[in-house]
Amino acid sequence: MAEFVQLLFAGLTTGAVYALVALGFTLIFQASEVVNFAQGEFVMLGGMVTVFAYNAGVPLPLAALLAVVVAAATGTLLHSLAIAPAKGATVVTLIIVTIGASILIRGLAQIIFDKQFHALPAFSGDEPLRVFGAAILPQSLWVLGGSGTIVLGLWLFMERTLLGKAVRATAANRLAAELVGIDTRLVLTLAFAVSAAIGAVGGILVTPITLTSYAVGTLLALKGFAAAMLGGIGNPVGAVVGGLVLGLLEAFAAGWISSTYKDGVAFLVILLVLFALPQGLLGRAAVGRV
Amino acid sequence: MSLLEARGLSIAFGGVRALEQVGFTVDRGEVLAIIGPNGAGKTTLFNVVTGLYRAHGGEVRLDGRDVTGLPPHALAARGLARTFQNLEIFFRMSALENVMVGRHLKERRRLGAELLGLPSVLRENRESRARSRDLLAFVGLEERADEPATGLPYGALKRLEIARALACEPRILMLDEPAAGCNPVETEEIDRLIAAIARQGVAVVLVEHDMRLVMRISDRVLVLDQGRRLAEGTPSQVRSDPRVIDAYLGRHGVAAAHAA
Amino acid sequence: MRPGTFSKLAILGTLLLVLAVVPLVLPSPFHLRVATLVWINATAALGLALLIGLAGQVSLGHAGFMGIGAYATALGPKHLGLDPLSSMALGIFAAALLALLVGRPILRLKGHYLAVATLGLGILVHLVIVSEVPVTGGPDGIQLPHVELLGRRVTGPELWYWITGTGVVLAAWLALNLEDSSTGRALRALHDSEIAASVVGVDVARHKLVVFVIAAVYAALAGGLFALFNRFVTPDVAGFLRSIELVTMVVIGGMGSILGAVVGAALLTVLPQALTVFHEYEHAVLGLLIVLFMVFLRQGIVPGLAGRVVRRRSA
Repeated sequence: MAEFVQLLFAGLTTGAVYALVALGFTLIFQASEVVNFAQGEFVMLGGMVTVFAYNAGVPLPLAALLAVVVAAATGTLLHSLAIAPAKGATVVTLIIVTIGASILIRGLAQIIFDKQFHALPAFSGDEPLRVFGAAILPQSLWVLGGSGTIVLGLWLFMERTLLGKAVRATAANRLAAELVGIDTRLVLTLAFAVSAAIGAVGGILVTPITLTSYAVGTLLALKGFAAAMLGGIGNPVGAVVGGLVLGLLEAFAAGWISSTYKDGVAFLVILLVLFALPQGLLGRAAVGRV
Repeated sequence: MSLLEARGLSIAFGGVRALEQVGFTVDRGEVLAIIGPNGAGKTTLFNVVTGLYRAHGGEVRLDGRDVTGLPPHALAARGLARTFQNLEIFFRMSALENVMVGRHLKERRRLGAELLGLPSVLRENRESRARSRDLLAFVGLEERADEPATGLPYGALKRLEIARALACEPRILMLDEPAAGCNPVETEEIDRLIAAIARQGVAVVLVEHDMRLVMRISDRVLVLDQGRRLAEGTPSQVRSDPRVIDAYLGRHGVAAAHAA
Repeated sequence: MRPGTFSKLAILGTLLLVLAVVPLVLPSPFHLRVATLVWINATAALGLALLIGLAGQVSLGHAGFMGIGAYATALGPKHLGLDPLSSMALGIFAAALLALLVGRPILRLKGHYLAVATLGLGILVHLVIVSEVPVTGGPDGIQLPHVELLGRRVTGPELWYWITGTGVVLAAWLALNLEDSSTGRALRALHDSEIAASVVGVDVARHKLVVFVIAAVYAALAGGLFALFNRFVTPDVAGFLRSIELVTMVVIGGMGSILGAVVGAALLTVLPQALTVFHEYEHAVLGLLIVLFMVFLRQGIVPGLAGRVVRRRSA
């Protein structure tokens, strides 16, 4: 029981970060049909900027805010300097553009920061909580709570605000959205900024547990992508479910089977799922129209 | 035994019955037109018969043999070819190459020989190219054979699809709105093409909105409405069928039909 | 002949000319080593050009097949007592077999689903190579013996330059032949419309599988040649970044262009060597260049420049 709870919390914690990355993928994909492989770099920026600002004497909450702003600005720049000019390019070309951008961001981070691993202090102490005999880090609760708040906030934004509805309209039909007077360029920029901010928050929350470095983005992007596809791309609920499922599978595979192949679980699962359900878990089967 | 026989075909999309118990037969050299208002299920019927959609009920027989549920390429190998309402052109290829792809089943493919570019492959290429040029000439596109397909106007693309389908040397040719978007001159051209194709012994099934064209060239007409068979008969029978007039043709349609 | 492409002979002639001129202009062993790496990468990129450019099927995990070729070549002599050349042949066979087995379910997928599945396949291969330390040597890599042919040692940068150079010309020749064949036309057709291809009788699934296996064989051959030439392989040869590099070679050179794949391979092989002068700016500059190329020369170098020349002539 204790081991089960331990693995459950470990899985949910990593899963929550995957879910945030996947959510970022989904948001950008919905608005622009671009799969943004630079998504992981926002998580890296969240962690790294906070660490360096905090170490320079900025109070933690302010450092975190700064990190979110830096990530959002990077997301906006990514859109206006790389994605928007490549408008209309093929899927493969756009994938290469975002991967090029992620290499660039990582390269810059390596210059501006350094190549070391860095930690942040846990937000509310390191004293583990005892739950059914398992030791749960308080930071895990921060990760879970923070991610939950973001998911809820994003949902409210999309459902309840005019801007959110504009995003959904753009996602559903860009031309029609433009015809009714929605500034789709603003919506796209917003989608990139919000995705980046979400990723950054994930990075800030999880750094006290997992540490961070300039290079953490790649694997996170790949797993976030896998999570988004597992849920069925373009589906925010699917992204969150996909992320949590992947996190849990990894944790239990590492605990019960082999920790060597932990990083392979996500990809093995996605292959098996796609073989059975070519549109992902929650994706709709498309009927080709001719 | 008919060349192609569809019986009791039914299919539904998300609860909407797109086809219910629809069937038809067609034989060598015959022209069957399928008409009906938008959403009557004409294209869906095409898609089911050519293997793009899987019917929820009913069967398709070719030469009396059950071919229901076979994939499109297997049906093509048995002599069934088609064109598309919304054009499915190979836009990265020239007009000629589009037709050459239609020769696929007539070409012998041995991967090893193809990789080595053996003389047999080159000979096959030459033959396909020559045949395809003939077909482009048949549909009146010989002048534009080497142009990229992207540059061709709509009417030419409609005829290009017909040439590509003919390259399969089909026994049954299914044309989905061959004259849609064509001007009267082009429509007349397509009219002549269809007649010539049928004369060669090919069974032609076409979906068409141009009533003049339908009345002029069809041997039989099948009328669909809301996924069901409404009427079937010779053009003159259908033209005077009160149910058809009520449900579909309307005053304008009747006038057009009589003018034909 | 296809519009906008060079004829088969012109492409092969260009390649042969470059192959002959490089050792005259850049005779130093260092330059020949870099050129050899270009030929090896170009071989892998050519296979991918057929898969992505001709048939329109993305693979973000192709380095996995390269890794299989490289590691089979390295492991055969170490564990099975085989000579490196037969090990390489086995590796190519293994890669083809894997492609054949996973190809059908993977190639049913489209667009981003295909991308993530191939990505996953590549990462799993890489992970096995990294993790099975007793067999593969893990992250530290593995050493290979010299290749011996007819009792003589195959060594020296110049010899390897000619071996891999001949290999890439042959690979390009086969690819060009395939393009101009019934199978090639079917592949280009299904790139544009799978539905239209299938109704004229193209077995779409089968043809995708054929080109996937061919691309895997090219990659495994490249991996094997790399192992033999370098006499040392690390898991990087199968890594995600290598897969991305391969795709970038194809895209930067110009999708669907055989010459483009070679030009792309040359650029992405030589560039990092040249960028080492930037020291720690290396990655940033590489990323920046990739973005710039994709934004400003979207069609790729070869078709892009060819298009410009044609426009100028007709102007």
